[in-house]
Amino acid sequence: MAGTAAGGARRNPLAPYLLMAPGILWLVVFFVVPIVTLFHTSIAGEGAPWWDGYARTFTAYGSFILRSFRFSLFATLVALLLGYPLAYVMAFRSGRFKNFLLGLVILPFFTTFLVRTFAWKTMLNDGGPIVGTLVWLHLLPPDGRLLNTNWAVIGGLTYNFLPFMILPIYVSLEKIDRRLTEAAQDLYSSPGRAFRRVIFPLSLPGVFAGSLLTFIPASGDFINAELLGSPNQRMIGTVIQNQFLQVHDYPLAAALSFVLMTIISIAVIAYARVLGTEELA
Amino acid sequence: MSAPGTGSHMRRGRWRGWVLDVTGGLVLLYLFLPIFVIVLYSFNRPEGKFNFVWKSFSLDAWRDPFKYAPLVDAMKLSLKVASISTLVATLFGTMIALALCRYKFRGSGAVGLLLVLPLTTPEVVLGSSLLSLFLDLNAHMGFATIVIAHIMFSVSYVALTVRARIRGFDWTLEEAAMDLGATPLRVITKVTLPLIAPGIVAAAMLSFALSLDDFIITLFNSGSEVTYPLYVYGARRAAFPPQINVLATTILVSSLLLLGVTVLWQQRRLRQALVSPGP
Repeated sequence: MAGTAAGGARRNPLAPYLLMAPGILWLVVFFVVPIVTLFHTSIAGEGAPWWDGYARTFTAYGSFILRSFRFSLFATLVALLLGYPLAYVMAFRSGRFKNFLLGLVILPFFTTFLVRTFAWKTMLNDGGPIVGTLVWLHLLPPDGRLLNTNWAVIGGLTYNFLPFMILPIYVSLEKIDRRLTEAAQDLYSSPGRAFRRVIFPLSLPGVFAGSLLTFIPASGDFINAELLGSPNQRMIGTVIQNQFLQVHDYPLAAALSFVLMTIISIAVIAYARVLGTEELA
Repeated sequence: MSAPGTGSHMRRGRWRGWVLDVTGGLVLLYLFLPIFVIVLYSFNRPEGKFNFVWKSFSLDAWRDPFKYAPLVDAMKLSLKVASISTLVATLFGTMIALALCRYKFRGSGAVGLLLVLPLTTPEVVLGSSLLSLFLDLNAHMGFATIVIAHIMFSVSYVALTVRARIRGFDWTLEEAAMDLGATPLRVITKVTLPLIAPGIVAAAMLSFALSLDDFIITLFNSGSEVTYPLYVYGARRAAFPPQINVLATTILVSSLLLLGVTVLWQQRRLRQALVSPGP
């Protein structure tokens, strides 16, 4: 391999393929092939028609799928509303603190995802400081709680994937030519209009990428629902995990997983059409 | 920074800017709150087995961070998995990035798509499909299957990170070195590697962090092995000692130190490059 990396190998038409071979092979064997075996598992139930897993997916677990998408859609919207202003401040208003702020945004990545979610559990606990304050402000009834509610799960999902929303938006805002925003301000004269007509449209690729990077992992996540919610907040990830690892009903588990993947792929393509961005990479 | 213009616009611009800054600050606070709690609770002396309610300040957990052998073993396993998978994924991913950046070839679009797909597939699907493959093969689930899974999801991240960092490099430098009589090995060590090193280091750090943090994919492919995140997940049922927070805080602080050192190293390289151009 060492020789192919040098300039001389440029003339060898096989060089790029040799260079990629190990990594691509790994992805094919351990990512593409498993998707095929997943589908095969989903239709290989014994003593039942091939579509049995799918029928049970939609009859018994449709509500979990719907809830997962509802929660993650909500979390994505909240993350967009919270993340956009911060990305804007980082790109246009932070001056020499830009890199410092960037560091702060990626800081949560350095503490384990699970431990962070447990920290939310600690904060939202009955009798904890947040519940206490809300009760004191009469925003919650005296016996009110946050843990085991939809809000706790959506809040946790929003929190965990927020950096994935902020960073792509920041990158697309950062790329905008400053002369363009100045020209817009000169011409439109109102900063609000300059934002609506120039800055926001130019940041759409970042909004697109950020929304996907939040929505996709959120819809498959089950840690937030498990740690911050009750069985009433259970999401599809828990069901898949449970069927695969505890119940061992593989055809059903594989069908659930396959349906989740298919719906997300369709949603991604539809979203790309709406926003008019064909580039994913 | 705020909008220039007439007086009333200026005032409105300033007001708007103030609202933006405060919103941004509050969002940062939201990102920070749990981290603050994690560090704070490493100094807690909990009542009972679960470190979820603040009781009193104590250094006990910091004095005896390795008190729980299963926790230490889980951490060791996680570090081992992260080291091996980072090494392999960084090598494979960098090779893909080099191929994509330096050659025009048929199928490069398909390769780009193949790299993005694992990132746009929920972890629960990645984990469960890999499990269905291992079940089909009757493979023994354990250390090897965890490492295989971690390399799989890291390769994409590495390839995309390195590619983003080395796009638009001046590869004629390599040819120049060859023309001047450098051997291929010398070209790699003296020209290619120094050029792409910062991208590789960033990608390797990302890969290591992802591996250390992964829970969902690992859960499906770990057999009876227990990594650090799996231990933490199990801890919610048996006992959640403050030592978990001590380790989390240690990871945080050492990553910050590592990041600081890397930034300093890159700034030094930049200064050197400015003072004496050329390899």
